[in-house]
Amino acid sequence: MTTDTRVHQQIFPVGVMLLLALILWYALAVALNAPGTIERVLTPRGAWDAGDLLAATLNAKRPLLPAPHQLVMDIWNSVTGWPVDSPRNLLLHTWVTASAALTGFAMGVLLGVLLAIGIVHSRTLDKALLPWIVASQTIPVLAIAPIVLIILGSLGITGLLPKATIAMYLCFFPVTLATVQGLRSPQKMEMELVHTWAASRIHTFWMVRLPSALPYLFPAFRVAIASGLVGTMVAELPTGAQAGLGARLLTGSYYGNTIQIWSALVMASLLGLALTSLVILAERLIMHNRKEAR
Amino acid sequence: MKTVIPGTLPLLGALLLLMLSLIQLAGQSPVPLAQLGLNLLLILCALSACSAVLSPVRALLFALTLAAGALWQALLPLHGLTLGALALLAVVSVQRLARAPVSASAVAALFGLWMLGFWQMLVSGFDVPQVILPAPLAIVAALVESADLLAGDILQTVIKSALVGYLLGSGLGIAVALMIDRLPFLQRGLLPLANLTSTVPLVGVAPIAVMWFGFDWPSKAAVVVLVTFFPALVSTLAGLKASGKLEQELMYCYAATPRQRLRALRLPVAMPFIFSALKVNATLSLITAIVAEFFGSPTAGLGFRISTESARMHMPVVWSAIVVASVAGSLMYALLVRLDRRVNFWHPTVRGTAAEK
Repeated sequence: MTTDTRVHQQIFPVGVMLLLALILWYALAVALNAPGTIERVLTPRGAWDAGDLLAATLNAKRPLLPAPHQLVMDIWNSVTGWPVDSPRNLLLHTWVTASAALTGFAMGVLLGVLLAIGIVHSRTLDKALLPWIVASQTIPVLAIAPIVLIILGSLGITGLLPKATIAMYLCFFPVTLATVQGLRSPQKMEMELVHTWAASRIHTFWMVRLPSALPYLFPAFRVAIASGLVGTMVAELPTGAQAGLGARLLTGSYYGNTIQIWSALVMASLLGLALTSLVILAERLIMHNRKEAR
Repeated sequence: MKTVIPGTLPLLGALLLLMLSLIQLAGQSPVPLAQLGLNLLLILCALSACSAVLSPVRALLFALTLAAGALWQALLPLHGLTLGALALLAVVSVQRLARAPVSASAVAALFGLWMLGFWQMLVSGFDVPQVILPAPLAIVAALVESADLLAGDILQTVIKSALVGYLLGSGLGIAVALMIDRLPFLQRGLLPLANLTSTVPLVGVAPIAVMWFGFDWPSKAAVVVLVTFFPALVSTLAGLKASGKLEQELMYCYAATPRQRLRALRLPVAMPFIFSALKVNATLSLITAIVAEFFGSPTAGLGFRISTESARMHMPVVWSAIVVASVAGSLMYALLVRLDRRVNFWHPTVRGTAAEK
């Protein structure tokens, strides 16, 4: 696809949609904030016209819906106006959440791959464990978050690890299922070929099963890291954590500070995008190298 | 051909542990007869399993002695060696059942039963504080005791927030997908953005929803609508594009109108995609409804119950709320799987599983 058609096919429609969303957001901000600002700001001031209303609704201190430029300003101020280790800097909170999510992701991937290896190689585990893993997907894992936090807390484990554990819970399901599928994906011909070479199970695993499982792994990683981020943020809610994007959401909702909630939400979305693109980047690099090796 | 007894190592280990335990028990001054009897029973059980292929009599003996041993152990004080042997025998039993010509769900059920049994025995044997892990029986007791409370919670969370939000969100997603089906410009603009939302923690809008829609269930339903909308939209759009070229050309030959094409070809082809989104959304909606309640809710709801009772350290109630939530989630999922089979009976995956049975 040439650049020209690409602009025409993708970037232009997406841009139009984004612009529409932005306009809709501004319109909504004016409409939603109007009653409150008229009552609190404009009526005490006396006479006012449409221009005043527009200016007041878009710059309200505690708006029902903050305007986009308010969010950008808020995030910009907190990122540049305070040192990185200050609790008023959103980057600190983002880093706290990101580190827990990444740790949990690593643990979840490890657990998921190990479980999958066991399931692929043992018929007992396949029959006894796999149904439970599938069934446990229907269990609201996030609901267990407060319990896990209490259990680990009473064992003296606090800080990053409990959050990472919950992220791990969410991460390992997709990884296990995809890895099982991937490790079983080699065709019968390939398996029989290495069998004729008297390859041991370990050899078969490294030479045949794992390489053919890789394409299955990365989509699962993408799902896993996104749900791991949600898990981490939820885990920050009941602990009364001081730092982290989830904690910012909670304190924002306690004090009715809408701008804080929305900026935390925007940062969480950006973090989600960043983590996912990290996985996609790793996928591109590894799959590219594989293609060249062939 | 080699005949290897399946589970040789666990069996040998169990026998060894039982011997050691016999020696240890016989050395105690008032010989504990009940423990000795249990040990002998388990030895009989292990010996009955020492064969590559179990005859029906042997299998029955193995199962009966093992079940009796497990029950007996539950009544006696915990003895480490005996318990270890029981665990190894349990492993053997699951292994044996996995080789027998029974359905996989039976094996999984046995495994789950053993897990519950050992959970109960270990928790009551070691006096684990209820805060850390309540025993299964305590959870069942709490479930019965607070049944009224939990029924109200189910009404609040599952029926009102999750179900309403699920139906609205999935329905809207499918409807919007059908609407923009013939507007490629909107599709090209919306699809990348809708895909991006899967990386965004949408549950985070819960505090904002509380601000807009109040503390009661509409705010939770609103979050559920938002969370379930995008998977339904993306999957439906993908499904509508999934029909093969050959079939489309056939439709063209019949001079089918776009509406006829949609009804006769593209919608049926899209159904498996729509159902996979519906299945994902079923569990997603319940999780979202529960988590959204963490940000403030009326004094009912599973999420409210979980967060308040865990703050008050009433862990059995918390666990029973989780059991209720997971049963509700599984029921919803199972219902959808059934519906999926009925609607998409022609799909290879469904036919494949039907042929296996």
